[in-house]
Amino acid sequence: MTRFDVDIEFGYASGFEVICRWDDPIEPRITVLLGASGSGKTSVLRCLAGLERPHRGHIRFAEEVWFDAARGIHLPPDRRHVGVLFQDYALFPHLTVERNLGFGAHGLSRQAAGARVAELLEMFRLTGLERRLPGELSGGQQQRVALARAVFRRPRILFLDEPLSAVDRPTGEELREELGALIRTLGIPSYIVSHDRADALTLADRTVLFDEGRIIQSGSTQEVFDAPLTPAAARLVGVDTVVMGRIASVEAGLARVVIGGCDVRAAAPAGVGHDAALCIRAEDVVIARHDVADSSVMNQWPAVVRSETMQGAFVRVGLDCGFKLSALVTRDAWRRLGLKPGDRAWAIVKAASIRALPRG
Amino acid sequence: MDWVAVGLTLRLAALTTAVLAVLGLPLAYWLATTRRAWRPFVDAAVAVPLLLPPTVLGFYFLMSTGPNTAIGRLYEQLAGGTIPFSFTGILLASVVYNLPFAVRPFVAGFAAVDRRLIEAARCLGASGPRTFLAVVLPLSWPAVLAGLVLAFAHTVGEFGVVLMVGGNIPGVTRTIALAIYDDVQALDYAGANEASLMLLVFAVSVLAVTYSLQRRMPTL
Repeated sequence: MTRFDVDIEFGYASGFEVICRWDDPIEPRITVLLGASGSGKTSVLRCLAGLERPHRGHIRFAEEVWFDAARGIHLPPDRRHVGVLFQDYALFPHLTVERNLGFGAHGLSRQAAGARVAELLEMFRLTGLERRLPGELSGGQQQRVALARAVFRRPRILFLDEPLSAVDRPTGEELREELGALIRTLGIPSYIVSHDRADALTLADRTVLFDEGRIIQSGSTQEVFDAPLTPAAARLVGVDTVVMGRIASVEAGLARVVIGGCDVRAAAPAGVGHDAALCIRAEDVVIARHDVADSSVMNQWPAVVRSETMQGAFVRVGLDCGFKLSALVTRDAWRRLGLKPGDRAWAIVKAASIRALPRG
Repeated sequence: MDWVAVGLTLRLAALTTAVLAVLGLPLAYWLATTRRAWRPFVDAAVAVPLLLPPTVLGFYFLMSTGPNTAIGRLYEQLAGGTIPFSFTGILLASVVYNLPFAVRPFVAGFAAVDRRLIEAARCLGASGPRTFLAVVLPLSWPAVLAGLVLAFAHTVGEFGVVLMVGGNIPGVTRTIALAIYDDVQALDYAGANEASLMLLVFAVSVLAVTYSLQRRMPTL
């Protein structure tokens, strides 16, 4: 199988160093590089596209060597035959939609170029906008023009840098769906850089977590989101509460952890040491006015309501049970409870919903 | 009016501007986009005529192009004749002296072009030169035109370098600025006034054109 073999180190003047290694099969799937801003993920993308030169290592795409520090090889972007979708799209402001699309047409006959432009206009629902300038398009139209332009030359691989950060949130949801559908139709292997876990959850076959210039975890999106291996990974995939505690005992895979006076029971994978990070998703927390007897639940903590934030059909409730705990409940349920900040309540979480991660 | 001097001046300015377009545009593009460590030294070398008295530049130019220098001998073999006190001499000196007047506006114009557009063009398979012609130039032409106009105008009004390198030979190196100097020496104030007024009107018009071009720089 042909492979995309990357092993690079890239250093900034500030001393911050980015290291990235993978050896992926080249197949039409979407990989999202998920990381906070400043984690170095965009630098990786720029190195892959040929816009930056790594300091060490190599990049091999199938039979081609794109970069090899030891042999002094560094192919410029125009010879890598890749498609790049830039953050904010980087459409040429002085060229019409048609001419933006056909910018990569050199080497093609006028006829062939015209046919390809027409084909893309149709496929990306841009017919009628041929003569518009980019400044006269909506955000969604701009994104479609940018993607159509990027795939004009039938690139073998697509790199997308924060493709949805340029638009506001409701538009973003729509565009994300559209983008995913288009990329899947195209069938081109794609790497998307993003800081938004929604991009990974909705678009990615594989997710690569990036933190402080390093890949900290990678795998199928399901795998990565279900089982983050470190506290940093847990924060990236959106586990709402990550608290550090000391393991008092482990018995048959169940750990007893003491945090701020609370006794917490959590699922403990093998190999947990003395310190652990407990990951609790807000949607797994139940809020009650009284503690419940005769139930299977292992964790019931007295808590004080600290905050309430409306989030669509849900309310995010900040609780203090000796540590800060975030809970997500429906608006109806919250109204029925009739609680407000300052009130006392109980936080209830099944032990199986709490993951104890080795602290790293 | 010394129409021979006027014709010679225009020819000198036009050729200087043409040479600066050919040499200055690539140089400016390199300066605007490079991240090499020695870029500041090239910047300084380009800007140095702004600070040096024309006499100093002219002096070194004479010293390095005289008949006994390597450059002088090469020129004699290739073209016959000498560089100092010839039209070629004042043309070369003008090019060097006017480099900052053309290159600095070019660099400012190129630097104002969003770098991502250049990167996007490269990723779409365009080579460096094609990127320059299809993206950078169309987005920075007012700055390029302003640089060319400034270089042209500055050459028209140049005095010191032309006098040092070219002497004052009618029909060969005697430009309009030198003709004015001669008129004043000869107490021909009417002749000097005529030519001076022409240069003054020319200079004001050129600056007006330049400033209006700078306003037209497309905002990205």
